[in-house]
Amino acid sequence: MALSADQVLAGLAEIVTDETGIATDAVQLDKSFTDDLDIDSISMMTIVVAAEDKFGVKIPDDEVKNLVTVADAVNFITSAQG
Amino acid sequence: MLKTPEPTTFSRILSVGASRGSKAVTNDDIAGPIDSSDEWIRQRTGLITRARAAEGEEAVDFATAASLEAIEKAGISPDQIDAIIVATISNPVPTPSLSTLLSARIGAVGAAAYDISAACAGYTYAVAQADALIRAGLAKYVLAIGAEKLSEWIDPTDRSISFLLGDGAGAALIGPSDTPGISKSILGSDGSAWDKIYMTNTLFEYRDAKNTTSDSDTAEINWPTIRQEGQAVFRWAVWEMAKVAKEALEIAGVKPEELSAFIPHQANMRIIDEFAKQLKLPSNVVIAKDIETTGNTSAASIPLATHRLLEEHPELSGGLALQIGFGAGLVYGAQVVVLP
Ligand SMILES: CC(C)(COP(=O)(O)OP(=O)(O)OC[C@H]1O[C@@H](n2cnc3c(N)ncnc32)[C@H](O)[C@@H]1OP(=O)(O)O)[C@@H](O)C(=O)NCCC(=O)NCCS
Repeated sequence: MALSADQVLAGLAEIVTDETGIATDAVQLDKSFTDDLDIDSISMMTIVVAAEDKFGVKIPDDEVKNLVTVADAVNFITSAQG
Repeated sequence: MLKTPEPTTFSRILSVGASRGSKAVTNDDIAGPIDSSDEWIRQRTGLITRARAAEGEEAVDFATAASLEAIEKAGISPDQIDAIIVATISNPVPTPSLSTLLSARIGAVGAAAYDISAACAGYTYAVAQADALIRAGLAKYVLAIGAEKLSEWIDPTDRSISFLLGDGAGAALIGPSDTPGISKSILGSDGSAWDKIYMTNTLFEYRDAKNTTSDSDTAEINWPTIRQEGQAVFRWAVWEMAKVAKEALEIAGVKPEELSAFIPHQANMRIIDEFAKQLKLPSNVVIAKDIETTGNTSAASIPLATHRLLEEHPELSGGLALQIGFGAGLVYGAQVVVLP
């Protein structure tokens, strides 16, 4: 069953915390992964792979650079769940 | 009746030798042309300096020094060596092989000698072959070597891989053993990703471009250098290779907590760290991190890292190490070995 945007956000925040140690409640929709959360491109890859695993979606390499904010990622995952 | 070789039950690594390029190239030395910085490179790759060949140092020189060290440590004489397998992508000529030149340099008179091309997995392929030759009864002592001079194939303006690469050779002398010393190797490839780590053009294209007069067709053709799709390779190197590493452990009948050391191909410190996390290695397993000061030396990286690990932690001798190589092709190889 497809998860709601809120559920995806919560799951994604868990992944971010797990990969980077950033507090879960700092992971908000309007935050940019690079500029606000200080996540580098390599940590981003680990987050992407963990998200693919957790949400059962495919996030292609070319798509990753479009995921600038947390909202971008949540939207992508929500619609990719189909 | 036809006579066939007398098999031997086990083989093991008897000793390792190492030789690195004598020039330490810092991040600041190379950051300019790629608009990078010491901080960026350290953070994304863990590299502080890379070992590169000084003027006049060739891959065969590194291979010679590493082999002679391994032979001396094993306490055998060079003429007892039955086979020399050099894993390399750096032989300057397609033929004759680097291994035959090496055999003459080290006095391994008459040994079987051949090169293999399996990029950064080359050493694990060579170890697998050495193990197979010995156990099949075709050879008693085999030198398995990774030798590279990657600095010949780099473009200082390339941001994708050149800044990671280094030069050197590592050699393992492998021989018969009374006890198990090398597990069943896992070797494989994914040729559908042939274009993920690649050369900018072929040597033939380079020759032809030099011989034509029209600039327009050949403006893009330069001396061939290595490139990669970093993100795709990173994902493959961690998550696909973690599966291979787990399979190698399972086939060897070894649990992560039984390992003394983990010696992955030294491609990027962040790959190594993530890899260790995926494998859930307990903290007492020592992880090879030679990349910091050597860089990625392709086929040479695992034996070089092994050599350094044993110098820094002599107590690891006799312990189990999981080694895994992966690279252009894409190709991969893994096995569990008893450290010499
Ligand atoms: C090569 C590697 C370090 C590049 O890191 P990356 O995080 O994938 O880099 P990206 O291409 O996503 O670029 C991220 C940012 O860094 C910049 N960048 C890329 N390479 C750079 C470099 N060498 N120096 C400085 N900045 C660089 C990019 O321009 C980009 O900036 P932007 O976000 O402002 O656009 C990394 O992909 C890697 O190590 N891959 C595995 C490689 C490997 O080990 N291969 C060998 C296997 S044998």
